[in-house]
Amino acid sequence: MARTTLPFGPQHPVLPEPIHLSLVLEDEIVVEAIPKLGYVHRGLEKLAEIRDHNQMIQIVERTCGICSTLHAMCYCQGIEGLMDVEVPDRAKFLRVVWAEMHRIHSHLLWLGLFADAFGFESLFMQCWRIRERIMDLQEATSGNRVIVSVNVVGGVKRDIKPETQKWILDTLKLVEKEVQQLKAVIMDDYTVKRRTVGIGVLTKERAFELGACGPMLRASGVEQDMRQLGYAAYSMLDFHAVVETDGDSYARTLCRFNEIFQGIDLIRQAFAKLPEGEINVKVKGLPTGEVVSRVEQPRGECVYYIKATGKKFLDRLRIRTPTFNNLAPLLELLPGCELADVPVLILTIDPCISCTER
Amino acid sequence: MNTYARVLNGLNTSTVPTERVVSFSKIFKDTGFRFVTMSSSDLGDAIDLIYHFDKDLDLRSMRVIVPKGSAISSITSVFACALLVENEIKEHFGVDFEGLPIDFNGTFYLDEEVQRTPFCKIGIAKKPADAQEV
Repeated sequence: MARTTLPFGPQHPVLPEPIHLSLVLEDEIVVEAIPKLGYVHRGLEKLAEIRDHNQMIQIVERTCGICSTLHAMCYCQGIEGLMDVEVPDRAKFLRVVWAEMHRIHSHLLWLGLFADAFGFESLFMQCWRIRERIMDLQEATSGNRVIVSVNVVGGVKRDIKPETQKWILDTLKLVEKEVQQLKAVIMDDYTVKRRTVGIGVLTKERAFELGACGPMLRASGVEQDMRQLGYAAYSMLDFHAVVETDGDSYARTLCRFNEIFQGIDLIRQAFAKLPEGEINVKVKGLPTGEVVSRVEQPRGECVYYIKATGKKFLDRLRIRTPTFNNLAPLLELLPGCELADVPVLILTIDPCISCTER
Repeated sequence: MNTYARVLNGLNTSTVPTERVVSFSKIFKDTGFRFVTMSSSDLGDAIDLIYHFDKDLDLRSMRVIVPKGSAISSITSVFACALLVENEIKEHFGVDFEGLPIDFNGTFYLDEEVQRTPFCKIGIAKKPADAQEV
Protein backbone atom coordinates (compact mmCIF):
# COMPACT_ATOMS: atom_id res chain seq x y z
CA MET A 1 0.00 0.00 0.00
CA ALA A 2 1.32 3.45 -0.89
CA ARG A 3 2.45 5.56 2.03
CA THR A 4 1.53 9.18 2.48
CA THR A 5 3.38 11.65 4.67
CA LEU A 6 1.02 14.14 6.25
CA PRO A 7 2.27 17.24 8.05
CA PHE A 8 0.23 17.60 11.24
CA GLY A 9 0.55 21.07 12.75
CA PRO A 10 2.04 23.39 13.79
CA GLN A 11 -1.20 25.13 12.83
CA HIS A 12 -4.20 22.86 13.20
CA PRO A 13 -7.80 23.66 14.20
CA VAL A 14 -7.83 21.25 17.12
CA LEU A 15 -4.36 21.92 18.47
CA PRO A 16 -4.03 24.44 21.27
CA GLU A 17 -0.26 24.42 20.89
CA PRO A 18 1.89 24.43 17.77
CA ILE A 19 3.16 20.88 17.89
CA HIS A 20 4.45 19.68 14.54
CA LEU A 21 4.44 16.01 13.57
CA SER A 22 5.17 14.30 10.30
CA LEU A 23 2.67 11.46 10.14
CA VAL A 24 3.40 8.58 7.80
CA LEU A 25 0.09 6.98 6.85
CA GLU A 26 -1.02 3.79 5.16
CA ASP A 27 -4.58 4.48 4.11
CA GLU A 28 -6.03 6.04 7.31
CA ILE A 29 -3.68 4.27 9.71
CA VAL A 30 -0.64 5.99 11.19
CA VAL A 31 2.51 3.90 10.80
CA GLU A 32 5.09 6.42 11.98
CA ALA A 33 5.19 9.81 13.67
CA ILE A 34 8.25 12.06 13.70
CA PRO A 35 8.27 15.27 15.75
CA LYS A 36 9.67 18.56 14.53
CA LEU A 37 10.14 21.24 17.12
CA GLY A 38 11.27 24.82 16.86
CA TYR A 39 8.15 26.73 15.87
CA VAL A 40 8.11 28.66 19.16
CA HIS A 41 11.72 28.10 20.24
CA ARG A 42 12.87 31.26 22.02
CA GLY A 43 16.20 30.27 23.54
CA LEU A 44 15.15 31.31 27.08
CA GLU A 45 17.93 29.24 28.66
CA LYS A 46 20.51 31.30 26.80
CA LEU A 47 19.26 34.43 28.56
CA ALA A 48 20.87 33.14 31.77
CA GLU A 49 24.17 34.35 30.29
CA ILE A 50 23.03 37.98 30.29
CA ARG A 51 20.49 38.23 33.13
CA ASP A 52 21.39 37.89 36.79
CA HIS A 53 19.92 35.14 38.94
CA ASN A 54 17.13 37.34 40.30
CA GLN A 55 16.11 38.64 36.88
CA MET A 56 15.93 35.05 35.68
CA ILE A 57 12.85 34.50 37.86
CA GLN A 58 10.82 36.76 35.55
CA ILE A 59 12.22 34.94 32.53
CA VAL A 60 11.53 31.39 33.70
CA GLU A 61 7.98 32.42 34.61
CA ARG A 62 7.48 33.20 30.96
CA THR A 63 8.52 29.74 29.85
CA CYS A 64 4.86 28.84 30.09
CA GLY A 65 1.77 30.84 31.02
CA ILE A 66 -0.19 27.90 32.32
CA CYS A 67 2.38 26.85 34.92
CA SER A 68 4.32 30.08 35.41
CA THR A 69 4.44 29.98 39.20
CA LEU A 70 5.70 26.39 39.18
CA HIS A 71 8.60 27.30 36.90
CA ALA A 72 9.52 30.12 39.26
CA MET A 73 9.14 27.90 42.29
CA CYS A 74 11.37 25.22 40.78
CA TYR A 75 14.00 27.79 39.87
CA CYS A 76 13.87 29.58 43.24
CA GLN A 77 14.13 26.38 45.26
CA GLY A 78 17.17 25.44 43.17
CA ILE A 79 18.89 28.75 43.94
CA GLU A 80 17.80 28.43 47.58
CA GLY A 81 19.41 24.97 47.63
CA LEU A 82 22.66 26.38 46.28
CA MET A 83 22.71 29.28 48.74
CA ASP A 84 21.49 27.18 51.66
CA VAL A 85 18.49 29.43 52.29
CA GLU A 86 15.73 28.25 54.61
CA VAL A 87 12.35 29.54 53.39
CA PRO A 88 9.84 30.59 56.10
CA ASP A 89 7.05 28.06 56.68
CA ARG A 90 4.32 30.54 55.78
CA ALA A 91 5.91 31.06 52.36
CA LYS A 92 6.04 27.30 51.83
CA PHE A 93 2.30 26.97 52.43
CA LEU A 94 1.52 29.96 50.23
CA ARG A 95 3.59 28.42 47.44
CA VAL A 96 1.38 25.32 47.69
CA VAL A 97 -1.76 27.46 47.38
CA TRP A 98 -0.62 29.14 44.17
CA ALA A 99 0.80 25.90 42.77
CA GLU A 100 -2.48 24.06 43.27
CA MET A 101 -4.50 26.95 41.82
CA HIS A 102 -2.31 26.59 38.75
CA ARG A 103 -2.92 22.86 38.61
CA ILE A 104 -6.69 23.33 38.86
CA HIS A 105 -6.92 25.96 36.16
CA SER A 106 -4.52 24.07 33.90
CA HIS A 107 -6.57 20.87 34.14
CA LEU A 108 -9.79 22.83 33.53
CA LEU A 109 -8.20 24.46 30.51
CA TRP A 110 -7.22 21.04 29.23
CA LEU A 111 -10.67 19.57 29.88
CA GLY A 112 -12.19 22.39 27.85
CA LEU A 113 -9.86 21.71 24.95
CA PHE A 114 -10.55 18.00 25.27
CA ALA A 115 -14.31 18.65 25.03
CA ASP A 116 -13.72 20.93 22.06
CA ALA A 117 -11.76 18.18 20.30
CA PHE A 118 -14.92 16.08 20.39
CA GLY A 119 -16.96 18.98 19.07
CA PHE A 120 -18.65 19.65 22.42
CA GLU A 121 -18.42 23.42 22.23
CA SER A 122 -20.88 24.13 25.01
CA LEU A 123 -18.95 21.83 27.35
CA PHE A 124 -15.74 23.55 26.32
CA MET A 125 -17.20 26.89 27.38
CA GLN A 126 -18.50 25.41 30.65
CA CYS A 127 -15.00 24.19 31.55
CA TRP A 128 -13.47 27.57 30.80
CA ARG A 129 -16.27 29.38 32.64
CA ILE A 130 -15.39 27.44 35.80
CA ARG A 131 -11.70 28.08 35.13
CA GLU A 132 -12.39 31.81 35.13
CA ARG A 133 -13.17 31.58 38.86
CA ILE A 134 -9.63 30.36 39.49
CA MET A 135 -8.20 33.04 37.21
CA ASP A 136 -10.07 35.63 39.31
CA LEU A 137 -8.48 34.18 42.45
CA GLN A 138 -5.05 34.40 40.87
CA GLU A 139 -5.61 37.99 39.82
CA ALA A 140 -6.85 38.96 43.29
CA THR A 141 -3.96 37.30 45.09
CA SER A 142 -1.08 38.04 42.75
CA GLY A 143 -2.20 40.96 40.60
CA ASN A 144 -2.12 38.91 37.43
CA ARG A 145 -4.35 36.31 35.85
CA VAL A 146 -1.75 34.28 33.98
CA ILE A 147 1.82 35.11 34.99
CA VAL A 148 1.48 34.69 38.73
CA SER A 149 4.71 36.31 39.78
CA VAL A 150 4.87 35.63 43.50
CA ASN A 151 8.06 33.64 44.02
CA VAL A 152 11.35 35.18 45.02
CA VAL A 153 14.56 33.57 46.19
CA GLY A 154 13.86 33.21 49.92
CA GLY A 155 10.08 32.93 49.87
CA VAL A 156 7.15 34.74 48.26
CA LYS A 157 6.48 38.44 47.81
CA ARG A 158 2.75 38.50 48.54
CA ASP A 159 0.69 37.34 51.46
CA ILE A 160 -2.94 36.21 51.45
CA LYS A 161 -5.10 37.91 54.08
CA PRO A 162 -7.67 35.94 56.14
CA GLU A 163 -10.67 37.54 54.37
CA THR A 164 -9.17 36.64 50.99
CA GLN A 165 -8.56 33.11 52.23
CA LYS A 166 -12.24 32.83 53.10
CA TRP A 167 -13.23 34.10 49.66
CA ILE A 168 -10.88 31.57 48.04
CA LEU A 169 -12.34 28.71 50.08
CA ASP A 170 -15.92 29.77 49.22
CA THR A 171 -15.02 29.96 45.54
CA LEU A 172 -13.33 26.56 45.65
CA LYS A 173 -16.47 25.06 47.18
CA LEU A 174 -18.40 26.33 44.18
CA VAL A 175 -15.73 25.11 41.76
CA GLU A 176 -15.75 21.67 43.38
CA LYS A 177 -19.51 21.37 42.95
CA GLU A 178 -19.38 22.49 39.33
CA VAL A 179 -16.50 20.17 38.46
CA GLN A 180 -18.37 17.25 40.00
CA GLN A 181 -21.29 17.99 37.68
CA LEU A 182 -18.87 18.31 34.78
CA LYS A 183 -17.21 15.01 35.60
CA ALA A 184 -20.52 13.19 35.48
CA VAL A 185 -21.30 14.75 32.09
CA ILE A 186 -17.94 14.01 30.48
CA MET A 187 -16.96 10.68 31.97
CA ASP A 188 -20.38 9.03 31.49
CA ASP A 189 -20.85 10.25 27.94
CA TYR A 190 -21.19 7.55 25.30
CA THR A 191 -19.15 9.42 22.67
CA VAL A 192 -16.35 10.24 25.09
CA LYS A 193 -16.13 6.63 26.22
CA ARG A 194 -16.24 5.38 22.63
CA ARG A 195 -13.29 7.58 21.69
CA THR A 196 -11.18 7.20 24.81
CA VAL A 197 -11.72 3.81 26.46
CA GLY A 198 -9.07 1.43 25.22
CA ILE A 199 -7.58 4.11 22.93
CA GLY A 200 -3.91 5.02 23.26
CA VAL A 201 -3.09 2.42 25.89
CA LEU A 202 0.28 2.88 27.55
CA THR A 203 1.20 0.01 29.83
CA LYS A 204 2.82 0.58 33.21
CA GLU A 205 6.11 -0.90 32.03
CA ARG A 206 6.26 1.11 28.81
CA ALA A 207 5.24 4.34 30.55
CA PHE A 208 8.15 3.88 32.95
CA GLU A 209 10.62 2.88 30.24
CA LEU A 210 9.70 5.73 27.92
CA GLY A 211 10.12 8.29 30.66
CA ALA A 212 6.48 9.41 30.83
CA CYS A 213 5.59 11.76 33.65
CA GLY A 214 2.62 13.42 35.31
CA PRO A 215 -0.93 12.17 34.67
CA MET A 216 0.43 10.33 31.61
CA LEU A 217 2.51 8.14 33.93
CA ARG A 218 0.08 7.89 36.82
CA ALA A 219 -2.83 6.92 34.54
CA SER A 220 -0.75 3.85 33.66
CA GLY A 221 -0.54 2.79 37.28
CA VAL A 222 2.83 4.22 38.34
CA GLU A 223 2.52 6.00 41.66
CA GLN A 224 5.03 8.75 41.12
CA ASP A 225 4.47 12.42 41.75
CA MET A 226 7.22 14.92 42.53
CA ARG A 227 5.07 16.33 45.34
CA GLN A 228 6.03 13.15 47.18
CA LEU A 229 9.48 14.74 47.52
CA GLY A 230 7.88 17.06 50.05
CA TYR A 231 9.00 20.37 48.52
CA ALA A 232 7.30 23.61 49.62
CA ALA A 233 4.84 22.49 52.32
CA TYR A 234 3.79 19.18 50.77
CA SER A 235 5.66 17.24 53.43
CA MET A 236 3.36 18.84 56.01
CA LEU A 237 0.15 18.03 54.14
CA ASP A 238 -1.78 14.82 53.65
CA PHE A 239 -0.90 13.95 50.08
CA HIS A 240 -1.21 10.80 48.00
CA ALA A 241 -0.60 10.58 44.26
CA VAL A 242 -3.70 10.14 42.11
CA VAL A 243 -3.30 6.87 40.22
CA GLU A 244 -5.37 5.08 37.57
CA THR A 245 -4.48 1.72 36.10
CA ASP A 246 -5.99 1.37 32.62
CA GLY A 247 -3.39 3.54 30.87
CA ASP A 248 -5.80 4.70 28.15
CA SER A 249 -7.08 8.13 27.18
CA TYR A 250 -10.07 7.69 29.52
CA ALA A 251 -7.79 6.97 32.48
CA ARG A 252 -5.68 10.06 31.77
CA THR A 253 -8.84 12.20 31.72
CA LEU A 254 -10.04 10.66 34.97
CA CYS A 255 -6.64 11.25 36.53
CA ARG A 256 -6.81 14.97 35.75
CA PHE A 257 -10.37 15.25 37.07
CA ASN A 258 -9.33 13.68 40.36
CA GLU A 259 -6.28 15.93 40.58
CA ILE A 260 -8.59 18.95 40.47
CA PHE A 261 -10.40 17.67 43.57
CA GLN A 262 -7.07 16.85 45.17
CA GLY A 263 -5.80 20.37 44.43
CA ILE A 264 -8.85 21.87 46.12
CA ASP A 265 -8.26 19.64 49.13
CA LEU A 266 -4.59 20.65 49.32
CA ILE A 267 -5.48 24.36 49.30
CA ARG A 268 -7.97 23.76 52.13
CA GLN A 269 -5.30 21.91 54.10
CA ALA A 270 -2.74 24.63 53.41
CA PHE A 271 -5.04 27.37 54.70
CA ALA A 272 -6.02 25.28 57.72
CA LYS A 273 -2.36 24.83 58.67
CA LEU A 274 -1.04 28.19 57.48
CA PRO A 275 1.41 29.37 60.14
CA GLU A 276 1.95 33.00 61.12
CA GLY A 277 5.26 34.63 60.37
CA GLU A 278 7.42 36.12 57.66
CA ILE A 279 6.81 35.36 54.00
CA ASN A 280 10.40 35.71 52.86
CA VAL A 281 13.95 36.10 54.08
CA LYS A 282 16.53 38.47 52.68
CA VAL A 283 19.15 36.69 50.62
CA LYS A 284 22.59 38.13 50.02
CA GLY A 285 25.45 36.87 47.94
CA LEU A 286 25.70 34.91 44.73
CA PRO A 287 25.01 31.21 44.19
CA THR A 288 27.83 28.73 43.67
CA GLY A 289 27.63 25.09 42.65
CA GLU A 290 25.36 22.79 40.72
CA VAL A 291 21.84 21.80 41.63
CA VAL A 292 18.96 19.82 40.22
CA SER A 293 15.55 21.04 41.34
CA ARG A 294 12.28 19.22 40.68
CA VAL A 295 8.60 20.09 41.08
CA GLU A 296 5.35 18.54 39.85
CA GLN A 297 3.72 20.74 37.25
CA PRO A 298 0.18 20.04 36.01
CA ARG A 299 1.71 18.05 33.14
CA GLY A 300 4.30 16.25 35.25
CA GLU A 301 7.83 16.41 36.52
CA CYS A 302 9.74 19.60 35.76
CA VAL A 303 13.52 19.52 36.18
CA TYR A 304 15.83 22.51 36.49
CA TYR A 305 19.59 22.14 36.35
CA ILE A 306 21.43 25.25 37.54
CA LYS A 307 25.17 25.77 37.48
CA ALA A 308 26.66 28.86 39.10
CA THR A 309 30.20 29.89 39.82
CA GLY A 310 29.66 32.82 42.17
CA LYS A 311 29.46 35.33 39.34
CA LYS A 312 26.66 37.75 38.56
CA PHE A 313 25.29 35.52 35.82
CA LEU A 314 24.56 31.82 35.99
CA ASP A 315 26.90 29.54 34.12
CA ARG A 316 24.07 27.37 32.86
CA LEU A 317 20.34 27.02 33.27
CA ARG A 318 18.70 23.97 31.81
CA ILE A 319 14.95 23.43 31.90
CA ARG A 320 13.40 20.04 31.21
CA THR A 321 9.67 20.36 30.96
CA PRO A 322 7.17 17.50 31.32
CA THR A 323 5.87 17.63 27.74
CA PHE A 324 9.40 17.08 26.45
CA ASN A 325 9.40 13.72 28.22
CA ASN A 326 5.84 12.87 27.23
CA LEU A 327 6.67 13.20 23.53
CA ALA A 328 8.41 9.81 23.51
CA PRO A 329 5.32 7.96 24.81
CA LEU A 330 3.17 9.90 22.34
CA LEU A 331 5.34 8.73 19.47
CA GLU A 332 4.81 5.18 20.69
CA LEU A 333 1.03 5.59 20.95
CA LEU A 334 0.43 7.08 17.51
CA PRO A 335 1.57 4.22 15.23
CA GLY A 336 -1.38 1.91 14.64
CA CYS A 337 -4.10 4.42 15.44
CA GLU A 338 -6.53 5.95 12.97
CA LEU A 339 -5.86 9.44 11.68
CA ALA A 340 -9.16 10.60 13.24
CA ASP A 341 -7.87 9.61 16.69
CA VAL A 342 -4.63 11.58 16.38
CA PRO A 343 -5.95 14.93 17.73
CA VAL A 344 -7.54 13.33 20.80
CA LEU A 345 -4.43 11.23 21.44
CA ILE A 346 -2.19 14.27 21.21
CA LEU A 347 -4.47 16.13 23.57
CA THR A 348 -4.39 13.37 26.18
CA ILE A 349 -0.71 14.04 26.86
CA ASP A 350 -1.76 17.68 27.52
CA PRO A 351 1.01 19.06 25.31
CA CYS A 352 2.62 22.37 26.16
CA ILE A 353 4.90 23.19 23.28
CA SER A 354 5.86 26.64 24.49
CA CYS A 355 7.28 24.88 27.60
CA THR A 356 8.94 22.19 25.55
CA GLU A 357 10.69 24.47 23.12
CA ARG A 358 11.54 27.18 25.65
CA MET B 1 20.10 19.17 52.31
CA ASN B 2 16.58 18.78 50.98
CA THR B 3 15.93 16.13 48.36
CA TYR B 4 13.96 18.20 45.87
CA ALA B 5 16.77 20.65 45.18
CA ARG B 6 19.68 18.27 45.17
CA VAL B 7 23.07 19.90 45.06
CA LEU B 8 25.30 17.73 42.92
CA ASN B 9 28.30 16.42 44.79
CA GLY B 10 30.43 13.31 44.97
CA LEU B 11 27.76 11.37 46.81
CA ASN B 12 25.15 11.35 44.08
CA THR B 13 27.25 12.08 41.00
CA SER B 14 29.77 9.69 39.52
CA THR B 15 32.17 10.65 36.73
CA VAL B 16 32.63 7.96 34.12
CA PRO B 17 34.89 7.72 31.04
CA THR B 18 33.20 8.43 27.69
CA GLU B 19 33.65 4.87 26.43
CA ARG B 20 31.71 3.45 29.39
CA VAL B 21 28.66 5.66 29.16
CA VAL B 22 26.45 2.92 27.68
CA SER B 23 27.54 0.21 30.11
CA PHE B 24 26.99 2.50 33.11
CA SER B 25 23.59 3.49 31.77
CA LYS B 26 22.74 -0.19 31.55
CA ILE B 27 23.68 -0.63 35.19
CA PHE B 28 21.26 2.15 36.09
CA LYS B 29 18.53 0.53 34.03
CA ASP B 30 19.16 -2.95 35.41
CA THR B 31 18.92 -1.63 38.95
CA GLY B 32 15.50 -0.08 38.33
CA PHE B 33 16.40 3.53 37.61
CA ARG B 34 14.52 5.54 35.03
CA PHE B 35 16.14 8.08 32.75
CA VAL B 36 15.09 11.60 33.77
CA THR B 37 17.05 13.84 31.42
CA MET B 38 20.50 15.12 30.52
CA SER B 39 22.09 18.45 31.34
CA SER B 40 25.08 19.97 29.62
CA SER B 41 27.39 22.93 29.88
CA ASP B 42 30.36 24.31 28.03
CA LEU B 43 33.68 23.86 29.86
CA GLY B 44 35.74 25.63 27.22
CA ASP B 45 37.66 22.78 25.63
CA ALA B 46 35.08 20.13 26.51
CA ILE B 47 31.37 19.64 27.06
CA ASP B 48 30.13 18.54 30.45
CA LEU B 49 27.31 16.01 30.07
CA ILE B 50 25.30 14.99 33.11
CA TYR B 51 22.85 12.09 32.84
CA HIS B 52 20.15 12.14 35.52
CA PHE B 53 18.44 8.95 36.73
CA ASP B 54 15.75 8.42 39.32
CA LYS B 55 14.54 5.51 41.37
CA ASP B 56 11.78 5.99 43.93
CA LEU B 57 12.48 9.75 43.94
CA ASP B 58 16.21 9.19 44.59
CA LEU B 59 18.06 11.23 41.95
CA ARG B 60 21.50 10.02 40.82
CA SER B 61 23.69 11.64 38.20
CA MET B 62 26.41 10.39 35.90
CA ARG B 63 28.92 12.90 34.58
CA VAL B 64 30.83 12.52 31.34
CA ILE B 65 33.36 15.04 30.05
CA VAL B 66 33.43 14.98 26.24
CA PRO B 67 36.35 16.79 24.57
CA LYS B 68 35.13 19.11 21.84
CA GLY B 69 35.28 17.54 18.43
CA SER B 70 35.06 13.96 19.72
CA ALA B 71 32.02 11.69 19.67
CA ILE B 72 30.19 9.77 22.37
CA SER B 73 27.88 6.77 22.13
CA SER B 74 24.17 7.40 22.30
CA ILE B 75 22.41 5.68 25.20
CA THR B 76 19.21 5.21 23.17
CA SER B 77 19.99 1.49 22.95
CA VAL B 78 19.44 1.38 26.72
CA PHE B 79 16.97 4.24 27.26
CA ALA B 80 15.07 4.92 24.01
CA CYS B 81 13.60 8.08 25.52
CA ALA B 82 17.05 9.73 25.46
CA LEU B 83 16.60 10.29 21.71
CA LEU B 84 15.13 13.77 21.88
CA VAL B 85 17.44 15.18 24.54
CA GLU B 86 20.52 13.83 22.76
CA ASN B 87 19.37 15.51 19.56
CA GLU B 88 18.82 18.73 21.51
CA ILE B 89 22.33 18.64 22.99
CA LYS B 90 23.84 17.79 19.66
CA GLU B 91 22.18 20.84 18.18
CA HIS B 92 22.95 23.23 21.02
CA PHE B 93 26.44 22.07 22.00
CA GLY B 94 27.73 20.25 18.95
CA VAL B 95 28.22 16.92 20.75
CA ASP B 96 28.20 14.08 18.24
CA PHE B 97 26.15 11.14 19.54
CA GLU B 98 26.94 7.94 17.67
CA GLY B 99 24.10 5.53 17.02
CA LEU B 100 21.14 7.89 17.22
CA PRO B 101 18.17 6.06 15.66
CA ILE B 102 16.77 9.36 14.37
CA ASP B 103 19.36 12.06 13.79
CA PHE B 104 17.87 15.48 13.14
CA ASN B 105 21.32 16.73 12.14
CA GLY B 106 20.93 20.02 13.94
CA THR B 107 17.43 20.79 12.68
CA PHE B 108 15.53 19.70 15.80
CA TYR B 109 14.77 23.25 16.96
CA LEU B 110 16.86 25.38 14.66
CA ASP B 111 16.57 26.06 10.98
CA GLU B 112 19.09 24.74 8.51
CA GLU B 113 20.60 28.16 7.99
CA VAL B 114 21.81 28.25 11.63
CA GLN B 115 25.42 27.14 11.42
CA ARG B 116 26.65 27.71 14.98
CA THR B 117 26.00 25.71 18.10
CA PRO B 118 24.28 28.43 20.12
CA PHE B 119 25.03 27.28 23.65
CA CYS B 120 28.76 26.99 23.16
CA LYS B 121 30.68 30.14 23.82
CA ILE B 122 32.62 29.32 20.65
CA GLY B 123 30.75 27.37 18.00
CA ILE B 124 32.75 24.30 17.10
CA ALA B 125 30.46 22.00 15.20
CA LYS B 126 29.37 22.85 11.71
CA LYS B 127 26.40 21.06 10.31
CA PRO B 128 27.23 18.78 7.41
CA ALA B 129 26.58 20.41 4.06
CA ASP B 130 24.17 17.65 3.11
CA ALA B 131 22.10 17.89 6.32
CA GLN B 132 18.55 16.87 5.51
CA GLU B 133 15.54 18.02 7.39
CA VAL B 134 13.75 15.03 8.91
